[in-house]
Amino acid sequence: MKKKRLIAVLLTAAMAAGLVAGCGSKGGEEKAKTDDKGGGSGKVYYLNFKPEQADQWVDLAKQYTDETGVQVDVQTAASGTYESQLKSEMAKDEAPTLFQVNGPVGLATWKDYCYDLADSDVYKDVQSDDYVLKEGDEVKGIAYVIETYGIIYNKALLNKYFELPDAEVKSIDDLNSFDALKKVADGIQAHKDDLGVEGAFTSAGMDSSSDWRFKTHLANLPIYYEYKDEGITSTDAIKGTYLDNYKNIWDLYITDSTCEPNLISSKTGDDAASEFALGEAVFYQNGTWAYNDIKDNEVADEDLGMLPIYIGAKGEEDQGLCTGSENYWCVNKNASEEDIQATLDFMKWVVESDAGREALSTEMGFVTPFTTFDDYLPSNPLVEANDEYTKAGKTPVSWNFTTMPSENWKNNVGSALLEYAQGTGEWDAVKTAFVDGWAEEYKAANE
Amino acid sequence: MEKAIKKYFPVFVLPTLIAFTIGFIAPFLLGIYLSFCKFTTVTDGTFVGLKNYVKILDDPTFLHSMWYTALFTVASVLLINVLAFAVALLLTKGIKGTNIFRTVFFMPNLIGGIVLGYIWQLLLNGILAKFERTLTYSSVYGFWGLVILMCWQQVGYMMIIYISGIQNIPGELIEAAKIDGASPRQILKSVTIPMVMPSITICTFLTLTNGFKLFDQNLALTNGAPSKMSELLALNIYNTFYGRTGYEGVGQAKAVVFFIIVGVIAVLQNKLTRSKEVQQ
Repeated sequence: MKKKRLIAVLLTAAMAAGLVAGCGSKGGEEKAKTDDKGGGSGKVYYLNFKPEQADQWVDLAKQYTDETGVQVDVQTAASGTYESQLKSEMAKDEAPTLFQVNGPVGLATWKDYCYDLADSDVYKDVQSDDYVLKEGDEVKGIAYVIETYGIIYNKALLNKYFELPDAEVKSIDDLNSFDALKKVADGIQAHKDDLGVEGAFTSAGMDSSSDWRFKTHLANLPIYYEYKDEGITSTDAIKGTYLDNYKNIWDLYITDSTCEPNLISSKTGDDAASEFALGEAVFYQNGTWAYNDIKDNEVADEDLGMLPIYIGAKGEEDQGLCTGSENYWCVNKNASEEDIQATLDFMKWVVESDAGREALSTEMGFVTPFTTFDDYLPSNPLVEANDEYTKAGKTPVSWNFTTMPSENWKNNVGSALLEYAQGTGEWDAVKTAFVDGWAEEYKAANE
Repeated sequence: MEKAIKKYFPVFVLPTLIAFTIGFIAPFLLGIYLSFCKFTTVTDGTFVGLKNYVKILDDPTFLHSMWYTALFTVASVLLINVLAFAVALLLTKGIKGTNIFRTVFFMPNLIGGIVLGYIWQLLLNGILAKFERTLTYSSVYGFWGLVILMCWQQVGYMMIIYISGIQNIPGELIEAAKIDGASPRQILKSVTIPMVMPSITICTFLTLTNGFKLFDQNLALTNGAPSKMSELLALNIYNTFYGRTGYEGVGQAKAVVFFIIVGVIAVLQNKLTRSKEVQQ
């Protein structure tokens, strides 16, 4: 009997201890803070979103530590796991002092954690407020890279097609609409053996390493044109006016491709990149960031070009590439003062010092929205392609996918696209996921 | 003796108890509390009452996952146990090379779920590609893919438990049955199976809960595709948690419901098979 009582007491104690442990983390945090005050200098912990540049960030952080003695840790989340990693890291005592959100919808989750950057040096260096996320007067996030995507193409292969006797389009200048793109793609597909390719487009992989190219980036175009027609920048209910165009371009991607449409669910981002890099396909929808993956292979730098994604909308001859940012720096408000200061200093160093600018522009290949970077332009042929379009007076397509209501919406559209492609679903399912799903997800995320 | 046990009781129990508390009880209680909260990270919850539980009812994917998981569990429990028992019977007959076979069958269990998932994804997609299909073509492929994977991984482990059960049967029982003229089939039905009932209890318990809680393999093999049709409960909870802003609490509430379901089923199963065990 006594033993039983002892067990009971111990169990109760254990449970109580559990509660204490549960609440204990807060106390620990405060203690860590005071310790830091005693030490004097803060430290930086950057949770980086872009796996393409993981190593470069670590090198840059090391360089900063060697120069100033301030500790900078850089962690990079694996592709597609940033939000989950951020959520668990932010709950720790040693939370990231510098993290990223992807735009207005991402900011909604994290706004209570964002330090006001209005007085920061980095904010003073930004070209315009187009590149910051604001809430009222508070600057919550600052974009540090502007990126561009479109249809990357292989100039050598495309010229080979133009020289074919029955080519319907004869020069790149005529390739300025969806109809022309379709003619070219169909032509390449029909002559794939003559041209020595596997298909016109790289495989439209719907593996999670690649599906964002379609459920997010490609879906931006119908949203962009609808917003443009309506004169809005975000909405709680999308109409789907341009969904037929979305269908046309998706059909093109999956038919004139290197693989059968019912195999795309197993194709990865690496598959598509290697198909393009080895000259097996002519077109590859991706962005400036893909340059690191495709350079130094079969395709020479001077053969790399980028086309706007034409979907057959009115006035698309003047359409440029899709340019914007989904990488906004945010500073963790809950970090200690020293750490916040150290983080702000680090950010300033990155955008103002020679070493930082060199690393961002040359090594990482970023175009940045900062005024300090005028002499530091990356040597990325895809970025140059964008400059040409801008110079030619084409209107860049803005990144409206940052207003997509939730991850769930993207996933549902992606699943419907896949089912349509492999023939197990109808296009109507994509419409439902796109239009009805938008309203549902918007409501669910904003109630 | 009794006194000594009492005296040293805390010394032996406390370390484990503390570890258990930190690693299990505390997160468990925190988890239950969070299921009534709206939160972004686990340290900043605000209480919202039963709202999260109400939202589960609006979610058709949860119900689908529940049925899909139940079916998967039934299929995997049956197949794994039948196969494991059959292999165990074979490997207690004294065939040459028994030890090598036992080791080989046990090995898959040493590989982690994510790795296994990707390996089997490659294997199965490689075979299905001949028919111009992939694993995520329909949830049926995903279902049987998962079943095959789980059998491959778990049969060896359950086999070990069954082998020890079979080896514990006293030789005189079998001998007596033989003298009485029982056929091998009768021996299996009336002697072997009743005598290994404790092993069956353990193995069904393990496969049942493993089936319900399956996550890594599901994530790596199909990730719920197509259209969340091959999403097991654990993955559904995970996707709810990260799918929408403000739905962390709903995911947590689903996890609590999930715990209750698994708990109830495990207790029922335990009672059922226990009642069939015989005293030696």
